[in-house]
Amino acid sequence: MKINLEKSTKTTSEFLHDGEVVEDLRRQMLKFATQQLGDFHLAEDAVQDALIGALKNVTSFGGRAALKTWVFAILKNKIADVLRSKQKTVNVSSLQGAGEEDENEDFMSLFDQKGGWNHDDRPSQWCDPEASLSQKDFWIVFEACLDHLPPKQARIFMMREFIELETDEICEAADITINLLFVTLYRARMRLRECMDMNWYQRSQNHAELS
Amino acid sequence: MLSCREVTLLLSESLEHPLKLRERMALKIHLAMCDGCHSFEKQMFSLRGVAKQYVNGLADELIKCEDELPPPPL
Repeated sequence: MKINLEKSTKTTSEFLHDGEVVEDLRRQMLKFATQQLGDFHLAEDAVQDALIGALKNVTSFGGRAALKTWVFAILKNKIADVLRSKQKTVNVSSLQGAGEEDENEDFMSLFDQKGGWNHDDRPSQWCDPEASLSQKDFWIVFEACLDHLPPKQARIFMMREFIELETDEICEAADITINLLFVTLYRARMRLRECMDMNWYQRSQNHAELS
Repeated sequence: MLSCREVTLLLSESLEHPLKLRERMALKIHLAMCDGCHSFEKQMFSLRGVAKQYVNGLADELIKCEDELPPPPL
C-alpha cells in the first residue's frame, strides 16, 4: 500500500500572501492588541506595523501555526513598545484608579480569623480528567474569566503576563506605585484562580456559567 | 509563622521579584506543612503558564495535569 505523504507544504511566505489567511490573522491580532492597549486606533497601528514587519522579514519555516506564533511575537514587541512610550500614546487615564476599582476585595472571606484557609476554599490540585474532550472550552473559560476581572486590573495583569513588561515599566506606564502593582496583580490572580477553579477545574458536567 | 493568607500574598509577589531569604525560608516551612498553600503555589505557576500559552499559541496536543494545554484560540 502506498501512503501519500504529500500534504500542503505552503511556506510562511505563501501564507502571508494569502488574503484570507492574513485577514483572519489580522482580525485575531486586532482583538488581542485592542485588549492590551485599550484603544482601537493604537491597536490598528500596532497590528499594521507587525504585519509589515512580518512581510519584510519573511522566512520559510513551515506552517500556519508557526506563522501565527511568529507574527504574534512581533505584535507583542510592538505592543510593549507602545506601552513603554506611554507619554506619547497610551491613554494613562484609562489606567488610573487601577487599585481603587477593587478596593474592598481583600479575599478575606476565603480565610478564617487566623488567616488560614476555610475548609471549602482550600485550594486543591488542578487536574482535568475530561480535558481531552473539551480543549477548546478551556480557552473559552479562560477568556471569560479574564473578561470578568475589573477592566483596569485586567489591563495590568495582561501587561505583566501577556506582554511580559517588567514591573517598573508597568508602574511607569500605568502611573502607579510598586505596592499598588503588587496588590493589583495579587487581586487579579486571586480572581482568575477562583474563576478557573470554579468554572473549569471543579466544574461538574455543566458548562461554564459565570456568575 | 505565616498565615495562609500571608503566604498567598508572598507567592504572588514572588512572581514579580525574588523574595528575601527570610521570606523564602518562612514560605518553605509553611508550604512543607500546608497542602492548600502548596496547591495554591502550583496554581499560580499554572496561571502564568496558561497566560504564556494564550499568547504564544503553542500547539500542545493534550491537557494532562496542570501545565499542558491545547492551542489557544488567538
